Amino acid sequence: MDSRRRDVLKAGGGLGLWSVLAAAGIVAPAQAQDARNVAAFEATTLDDALRALDAGNAAESGAIRIVAPDVAEDGRAVAISVVSDIPRTEQIVILIEENPWKVAASFRLSAAMAPSIQTRVKMARSTRVHALVKADGRLFAARREVTVTVGGCGT
Amino acid sequence: MSTPTRIRATLKDGGTELRMLFSHPMENGLRKDAEGNRIPAHFITEVSVRRNGEIVLAADFGPSIATNPYLAFSITGGAAGDEIVVSWRDNLGDTRSDAIRVA
Repeated sequence: MDSRRRDVLKAGGGLGLWSVLAAAGIVAPAQAQDARNVAAFEATTLDDALRALDAGNAAESGAIRIVAPDVAEDGRAVAISVVSDIPRTEQIVILIEENPWKVAASFRLSAAMAPSIQTRVKMARSTRVHALVKADGRLFAARREVTVTVGGCGT
Repeated sequence: MSTPTRIRATLKDGGTELRMLFSHPMENGLRKDAEGNRIPAHFITEVSVRRNGEIVLAADFGPSIATNPYLAFSITGGAAGDEIVVSWRDNLGDTRSDAIRVA
């Protein structure tokens, strides 16, 4: 039996049409979840952020690479990239654990996009960086430490 | 008045490499100016990147993204003449869209 079809039937009870279609891969995730996760972006503790992202039980994955310097001289702009080797990666979230607000960015990837994103973030002080990847509806996580010489959040 | 987003698109290995540099203060609301007054929060909250009208990336930003945000990523396929449109909205409701053609 087609397990995806079964999931659709199961999910059909309580969820909205878009999330059902997205779960079945019928519509692109970007169409289904185009609303900002306000609770996650306003979270000021890591636990609250992970809870808002529904990521409390995200599985550790060696297939997510966080590329960042071991030591960042200037916390105002630290180059960071997240590369996912997990098939059907549809979302990448970057969290900076020691910043006042934990979620730096959430990227919703179309099927046309390679599952890799590069940006620059602020770091208030030495911190753990978390990357969450949603693939095929499941959440995976990776983390790494970055030592910051001069913090960059102005607090 | 906002400043144009600088966009670079390069055809490479059957895909299109995109790099963009937004011009935005990305103030988190915690910093103080020289007189000790708090600088209000002012940061990009939403970004979208489209190719020929199709969305290829939708992103939400928080204030932890560095001043003058930078993004780089690749998309599959592409050809000279493709239109790349990069749009943003910030927490004060300002918006901006910029477009280039892939050379």
